[in-house]
Amino acid sequence: MSVIALHPKQPQEANGPSATMRTPSPASPSAPLAFSLRGIAKRFGEKTVLDGIDLDVPQGQFVAVIGKSGCGKSTLLRILAGLDSPTSGSLTVAGGSASERRSRIMFQEPRLLPWARIARNVEIGLTGIAKGEVARDLSLQILKEVGLADRAEEWPSVLSGGQKQRVALARALVAHPFILALDEPLGALDALTRIEMQQLLERIWQQQSFTAVLVTHDVTEAVALADRVVVIDKGRIALDLPIPLARPRGHGSAETARFEGQILDRLFGRG
Amino acid sequence: MAKTATNTIARNLAGWLLPAALILAWEAASRSGLISESVMAPPSAVLAAFIRLLASGELVENIGISTLRALSGFAIGGAIGFAFGLANGLSRLSRDLTDTTLQMVRNIPHLALIPLVILWFGIDEEAKLFLVALGVFFPIYVNTLLGIQGVDPQLVEMGRIYGMSRRQLFFRVILPGALPAIFVGLRYALGIMWLTLIVAETIAASSGLGYMAMQAREFLLIDVVILSILIYALLGKLADSFARLLERLTLQWHPAFQPA
Repeated sequence: MSVIALHPKQPQEANGPSATMRTPSPASPSAPLAFSLRGIAKRFGEKTVLDGIDLDVPQGQFVAVIGKSGCGKSTLLRILAGLDSPTSGSLTVAGGSASERRSRIMFQEPRLLPWARIARNVEIGLTGIAKGEVARDLSLQILKEVGLADRAEEWPSVLSGGQKQRVALARALVAHPFILALDEPLGALDALTRIEMQQLLERIWQQQSFTAVLVTHDVTEAVALADRVVVIDKGRIALDLPIPLARPRGHGSAETARFEGQILDRLFGRG
Repeated sequence: MAKTATNTIARNLAGWLLPAALILAWEAASRSGLISESVMAPPSAVLAAFIRLLASGELVENIGISTLRALSGFAIGGAIGFAFGLANGLSRLSRDLTDTTLQMVRNIPHLALIPLVILWFGIDEEAKLFLVALGVFFPIYVNTLLGIQGVDPQLVEMGRIYGMSRRQLFFRVILPGALPAIFVGLRYALGIMWLTLIVAETIAASSGLGYMAMQAREFLLIDVVILSILIYALLGKLADSFARLLERLTLQWHPAFQPA
C-alpha cells in the first residue's frame, strides 16, 4: 500500500494558506496506523523497564514521549527502531515493502563520521539504497532542505553543534523513512539553537510524510511540536494527551501553557 | 598567500638553525685545538670523508644495504603486527587466544636476543631481519589493537543501524577511526627499526653502515665513525618525515591537521 498517497498532508493540494496549518492527526481516527505496540514489556535482569505498553500511532502523526530519567522512554524508542527487542509483547509496523516501512533513529549525539565530508556523511543514510551520482544528488538535495548545501564539502569538525545535528537529521531523512525516531536529538543544544531546530524539524515533517516519535524531557518542546504527548511513568503510559493546537505554534501562549501544566502535574503526581 | 608561504619556509628553516650553529661551533673548537683530533674530527674532515666514500661508491653501497635491511625487516614485522592487531581488535576469540602470549614476549627486550640470534643465524641477513621485524612488531601491534578498541562504539552502532555490511563497517568506520593510533605505532616503530639495525650491524655484520663504522674504528678513522652516526640521524629523520607526510595526507579530517 502506498503510504504517502493515503495521507492527506500535501499543503499544495489543499486550498488556501490555512492548509499549511495542519490539523492534528488524532482528530482523524480514520487515518491508517503507522505502527502499534501491544503489551510491550522489557526487563533487564530483575529490573522491569517497560511494563505493558499499548500504543497505536496513525500515519503521519507527531508523537512526543515524555518521562523522567530512567522511565524507559529511550528503551521504548530503541524497540521501535529495532535496536532492542522487547521481552514480551509485539510491535506491528504498517506498510508494504521493507523500503516503505523503513525507520530511522536520531540520537542526542550527531554520530557523524569525523573522517567523511558532510555530503559523504549524509550518503550513509542511503547505504544499500542508492550509490554514486544518485546518492550524491539526493544528499545535496536534503542538505539544502536543512540549510547546509554550502557546507557539503567540509569536515564535520568545523561545524557547530546545531549544524552537526542538522547533518544527522539530513542523514536520517535522505532515504525518506516511514518512521523517524528521535532520542532527545536537541538535548545537547543551547536554547536558541533548540528553537531553530524545532522549527526546522516541524517544517520538514510537514513536507515529508513520516511518522515522528520524539523522546524528550522538555515539556515545552513536546507541546510545541507534537500532535500528541504520551507520558510514561514506571514503565507504563500515565497520560495520553492530544494537543489539538494549530501550527505554527507560538511560544509561551496561554494554550500551550495550559497543556504544559497538565503534563507537568501528571509527571509530578499532582494530577 | 605569498606571505604564508614565506612563513612556512621560515618556520621550516628555524628547525635547522640550532644544528647549523652547533656545527660551526664544533668546527671552530676543533681548529682552535679545544677539541683534540683523536676525540672528535672537525666537520670539514667529516665532509671530506663523506666525499671520499661517496666517490669510491662504498658509502652508497652501505647505505643501500642498510636501508634494504631496515625496510624488509620493517615490512615483515609491521605486516605481522598489523595483522595481529586487526585480528585481536576485531575478534574476541583471537584476542583471548594470543594477547597474553604476545604481551609476555613483548616484555623481553628484543636486543637481549642478540646472542641467541647469532647462534641461530650467524651474522647473515636473517639475523638482522629477525631482530628488526621483532622490534617493529610490537609498537605496530599494540597501537593497531588500541586504535581499533578505541573506535567510538556509538559510530559503530550508527553504521549498523544504517545497514552497513561488515566490510563497509570495517573500511568506513573502524579502520579510519583506528588510523591516528596506527600512525603513532608507525612512527614509534620506525625509530625502533633504525635503533635495532644499528645495534645489530655493529655487533654482527659484514656490510652496511654499522659495519662501516666498526671497520673505521679499527683503523682509527674517527671522521668515518662520525659520518656514519650522522647518516643514521639523517635516515631516521627522513623516515619520520615520510611517516608525517603520510599522516597529513590521510588524516586531513583530524582537527590537529587542519590549517588553523
